[in-house]
Amino acid sequence: MADPSPAPAPGPATLEVDDLRLSYGESRALHGITLAIPRRQITAFIGPSGCGKSTLLRCFNRMNDLVDGVRTEGDVRFEGRTIFGPGVDVNELRKRIGMVFQKSNPFPKSIYDNVAYGPRVHGARRASDLDEVVERSLRGAALWDEVKDRLRQSALGLSGGQQQRLCIARAIAVQPEVILLDEPCSALDPVATAKVEDLMHELKKEYTLVVVTHNMQQASRVSDHTAFLYMGRLIEYGRTADLFVNPREKQTEDYITGRFG
Amino acid sequence: MNAKTDDGDAPRPRRPGRSLLLLCGGALGFCLLLVAGQLVLIAWNGLDYFWPRDLVAFETKAGGKALGEVHARERFHPDGLAAGAELPTRIQVKVANRERTGADFAWIDERELAREWRPDDALLLERLEWGNFHGFLRAVKRGEETLAEGEAAWPLLLGLIDRKTAERAELAAFEKGELEDVTRALEQIRLARRRLELDAPAAAELAERTRALDAEAAWLETRYAALAERLAADRVRLDAESAVLATIDGGETALPVGAIVTALRPNALGLLGKLRLWCGRVVSFVVDDPRESNTEGGIFPALFGTVMMVFLMSFAVVPLGVLAALYLREYARQGVLVRLVRIAVNNLAGVPSIVFGVFGLGFFVYGIGGSIDRLFFAEALPQPTFGTGGILWAAMTLALLTVPVVIVATEEGLAAVPRAVREGSLALGATKFETTWRVVLPAAAPGMLTGVILAIARAAGEVAPLMIVGMVKLAPALPIDRHAPFVHLDQKFMHLGFHIFDVGFQSPNVEATKPLVFATALVLLLLVVAMNLVAVSLRNKLRRRYATSAV
Repeated sequence: MADPSPAPAPGPATLEVDDLRLSYGESRALHGITLAIPRRQITAFIGPSGCGKSTLLRCFNRMNDLVDGVRTEGDVRFEGRTIFGPGVDVNELRKRIGMVFQKSNPFPKSIYDNVAYGPRVHGARRASDLDEVVERSLRGAALWDEVKDRLRQSALGLSGGQQQRLCIARAIAVQPEVILLDEPCSALDPVATAKVEDLMHELKKEYTLVVVTHNMQQASRVSDHTAFLYMGRLIEYGRTADLFVNPREKQTEDYITGRFG
Repeated sequence: MNAKTDDGDAPRPRRPGRSLLLLCGGALGFCLLLVAGQLVLIAWNGLDYFWPRDLVAFETKAGGKALGEVHARERFHPDGLAAGAELPTRIQVKVANRERTGADFAWIDERELAREWRPDDALLLERLEWGNFHGFLRAVKRGEETLAEGEAAWPLLLGLIDRKTAERAELAAFEKGELEDVTRALEQIRLARRRLELDAPAAAELAERTRALDAEAAWLETRYAALAERLAADRVRLDAESAVLATIDGGETALPVGAIVTALRPNALGLLGKLRLWCGRVVSFVVDDPRESNTEGGIFPALFGTVMMVFLMSFAVVPLGVLAALYLREYARQGVLVRLVRIAVNNLAGVPSIVFGVFGLGFFVYGIGGSIDRLFFAEALPQPTFGTGGILWAAMTLALLTVPVVIVATEEGLAAVPRAVREGSLALGATKFETTWRVVLPAAAPGMLTGVILAIARAAGEVAPLMIVGMVKLAPALPIDRHAPFVHLDQKFMHLGFHIFDVGFQSPNVEATKPLVFATALVLLLLVVAMNLVAVSLRNKLRRRYATSAV
């Protein structure tokens, strides 16, 4: 296997993954991944189910800590600093690296309280400040016009696509630097998917986006860079245009042409 | 048979599922029938008790007379009845006038009955003592002076009773008010003396403070004497007027009007009048104090005691159970130990309630209560303050009894909160505590309330453990009154469940109080239903607000 070019893009890297290995108990999920995620661009992780793409994503905000028996080796550096060190404040890390999940998971609260949750947790109290953050975040998630008249109603009354955009609004309300998206459109219909994808293009101007997807069309549509993972290994990483048009690896070609996976 | 069966005209194969379905449906139907039957029986008997019955006069062939309410007619086996002959009927009549006849009820053999009629002027009096009186009004007197006679006496009597009722209420307020203030102050002085003895200050100070106490005591004693005099005078005034009454067998008697609660002529009442009377009786049953060692009057203190005890219990059990469940489910490392704890908690729910009573007596009453007495109420010893059963210890005992229910229900509520919601909160940088407090706990609130509902239902009906930790047959005062500190958690209290037992089986006049058992049971039932409805509506409100199922 050829060296899977760790940093395909010019420009500074936000996240640098260095020989990251991870195992759940006895079974190894990631076998030495090395790559760099460029700032304010969209990086997509693709690969068949169980290839480790979600696991890799969840390393960045240390959500894997919640799983019993997880062991990580190697390093991930965020803005040049390791995220695994003993002095790292996990809550602060998660504030700076937000996440949107595969299945939309709004809190059973009002739309307003959902968006204001993060800022409140991090100490915002003044009503006027919160109002402003909520509006800005909902506008940022292209949801404001649809919900501005029912901010006090339950978030669970929204449609699936709206809920997912609400989760994005909730994530950007704490003003993160990176947003991790874990198959954000897998439960959405094509129209809602298109809206979320448009939104990702907008968000790219301010945030670094990392998106896991099993939908190769989506990866080719939205991302600037694509990493193909297979069986816990990084097979190929490059500019999306290059990777899809001209894959260097046989496995990548087989996968993207639909021969397996 | 349905034409769409797939086997067409062929003989239908046996379907064991069908008979099983019938069996299940039948079992459910039987259960519902039992429950409905119980409710109807209690409601009918309980509400029927308040319905005013006619007073029927009976005259036997031998010339004996009786006036009373007909309570039952039944066939019976008299001695010496010829074989094969039709069984005769006898009538159960509540004749009242307990002080004259010795019993409230009499049986009249229908074969010996000469005539039966309903006199319009038949009078029913509810009295403070000796139960009801059945008879006729002859006159109203003040001392020896006759105020009115014959028909003219009736409106006068009604007016007098209203006035006397007001006077009696005033007297009671005076006794509970000014008079009790003085006796309380005297008791405080006694305690102050004892405290002084225990403190043993220097001789000079001792003498000075004793002198002060003596002076105050002397002043209070004179005030008490004056008040007692006034009370005696009021009592005499209350009994100034008397009603001259005749019984149907020709006897005559005089009764102080102050001892009459209500007077009515049931035979002269129309349906509307009876309905109004019925409503009035139901209301006064709920809001009045009991009389005649609980066999007459209302049940208010028992109702109050039950509600207050359940409230105290809820205040104790909810935080305790919720926090314990939170630790078990969210924080404790799931392992053998936690499993054991969980099994123990579940088994705790199955321990007989009297065992909790014994524990409550040993731990709360003698242990904690005794310590509190020694530390804070030493001057009152050997008279215990908290070292004896009281409403607080009863509530704590029941809280212990119901805590497993709350723990189990809360744990289930917590377990039902989706992992995704927790992760969503953590991914925003919230700590585990913030996640639990702001997201998980609100979402689990309906589950908690389910536990509280079950706990309330169980606690309100529990009697056995309370009998040894503070419940009494007759409490002199409510646990809340106008004396500081207003809420007296050390006070003994009455309880509807025990009231049912006491009225039904401990009273000297079981036949007369049987309907009271049903009426009290109905109130207890309605109380539990009402408290549950409040909790259920609260839960539904929360459920709408914190529903975790996504659209």
